[in-house]
Amino acid sequence: MFRTLSLGDFFSDLGHLQRQLLRFSGTADNIRGFGRSDFPPINIGTTPDSVEIFAFAPGLDPASIDLAIERGLLSLSGERRDELPQEEDKLAIHINERFSGTYRRVVSLSDDIDPETAHASYKDGILHIQVKRRAAAIPRRIDIQ
Amino acid sequence: MSETKIAPPDRAQSPILPPPVDVFEDDCGITLYADMPGVPKEKLHVRIDAEALVIEGEIDFPIVKDMEASHVEVQSPRFQRTFSLGKELDGEKAQAEFRNGVLKLRIPKLEQAKPRKIEVRID
Repeated sequence: MFRTLSLGDFFSDLGHLQRQLLRFSGTADNIRGFGRSDFPPINIGTTPDSVEIFAFAPGLDPASIDLAIERGLLSLSGERRDELPQEEDKLAIHINERFSGTYRRVVSLSDDIDPETAHASYKDGILHIQVKRRAAAIPRRIDIQ
Repeated sequence: MSETKIAPPDRAQSPILPPPVDVFEDDCGITLYADMPGVPKEKLHVRIDAEALVIEGEIDFPIVKDMEASHVEVQSPRFQRTFSLGKELDGEKAQAEFRNGVLKLRIPKLEQAKPRKIEVRID
């Protein structure tokens, strides 16, 4: 039997997409929240000259992570396979909580970032993405003569 | 700007995050995987005592100068979870691997606890 997509499903999918789209302004949080249950969880920090994104994505091959910035949206996607051995017949699965399957998270970046400067590293299961702000956007102290 | 710090200064007060786990069992033992992203090897502690397994780890949040948190989904640096083990598991022979924030633990069964196939002979 196959599953038909009802209107309710359609709207819940839309809501899911909306929750995935993090509105990141640096000064205020989105009133609709951010959808906390999705893999991988993300922390975002700002410094005067950069935006720092941390994705808590353990057990991935860094080469398999698809990372892109397009029109101010940073997207992070890929697939995480579970470790369950396939050939074992006499295997009992007692707990299965870890995420497996395809994942996708989208972060909306502020307008002042420079996508060319994006830099990503993966250590101990944390993916750290750093994107610099454009020089003009860095607050500058003006001395009074 | 939000007042939230990415790494809360008072670690003793921060809430405990139970790491998500997968647990499989076969004839020879139990395999456990636990997701503990951001925990360096030296801050991971696995203890097996008196039929209980305790997994603990502390996240080393990457430190960036002058950073203020603007969105936080992982709020606490402390992972901890305890499991009770059956008598048939041999904690002394447990083996652990830790890579890219994933702990893999293998706890074999005691020899006498392994299933034995009993052949039924009909004379």
